[in-house]
Amino acid sequence: MILDQVIFLITALVIIIAAILVVSVPKMIHAALWLILALAGIAVLFVLLQASFFAVVQVIVYIGAIAVLVIFAVMLTRKAMQDDGPQLNRYSVLAAAVCLMLFVVLTGMLLSWDGASSLPVNPAVHPDTIINLGESLTNPQGYLLPFEVASILLLAALVGAIFIGREHRAGKEEE
Amino acid sequence: MIPLSWYLILSAALVCVGVFGVISRRNAIAMLLGVELILNAVNINLLAFWRYKDVSHVTGQVFTIMVITAAAAEVAVGLAIFIAVYRNKRTIAAEDVADLKG
Repeated sequence: MILDQVIFLITALVIIIAAILVVSVPKMIHAALWLILALAGIAVLFVLLQASFFAVVQVIVYIGAIAVLVIFAVMLTRKAMQDDGPQLNRYSVLAAAVCLMLFVVLTGMLLSWDGASSLPVNPAVHPDTIINLGESLTNPQGYLLPFEVASILLLAALVGAIFIGREHRAGKEEE
Repeated sequence: MIPLSWYLILSAALVCVGVFGVISRRNAIAMLLGVELILNAVNINLLAFWRYKDVSHVTGQVFTIMVITAAAAEVAVGLAIFIAVYRNKRTIAAEDVADLKG
């Protein structure tokens, strides 16, 4: 009962501190590493929510693929921005004030909402939710169409990323 | 038992940190990291609502899969664009890439 609250609070603290460091540390490679810590904390939250599939997907897709991609991009563009120069633009103080105000307003709205204090309907999730998810993704009455559209989106992003990132030889290709 | 509001407030805080990163970082890759934080906050919200309402409805989970897919596509294309920009202009600062500005 009280144990999961303690785990939640520790995880939430780690996530928020890591997220603030992601947007504030001057060295980009450190920001990418702090992002990995924040994503791992979110995977712990998914475990607490009993969404085991998404905890695994979070580790594989976000930490395994996206974070590694970001680290590669940081290394490839290393000489572009000196790490000792200013990393925040001139609007950063204004942006911080606006974001703090946004957080206060959102929290106030959430706390005034009746449903915010609701507890999980049934303490233990039915074990076959993962089966339900898989079946609804292949069911034409369910979510087959969004599933196929998502795969087309991934294919288009793959082709687009290869085309944009490819080195254009001068004189050989167009222009 | 954790009340639903704890997840929602954590997610609101994560969104605000992400928005701050997108607005105020000069490095374009750092702006992408802010977008990642925002999308993760969305995922927390979706899964929390799925867990605290009817777990037999998988809509929240399906939507989380879509968000993860969109995030992966966005990062792949975004980083390819930034590397192409770096190759051509030798800069990765967002304010230096303003060729389309009127």
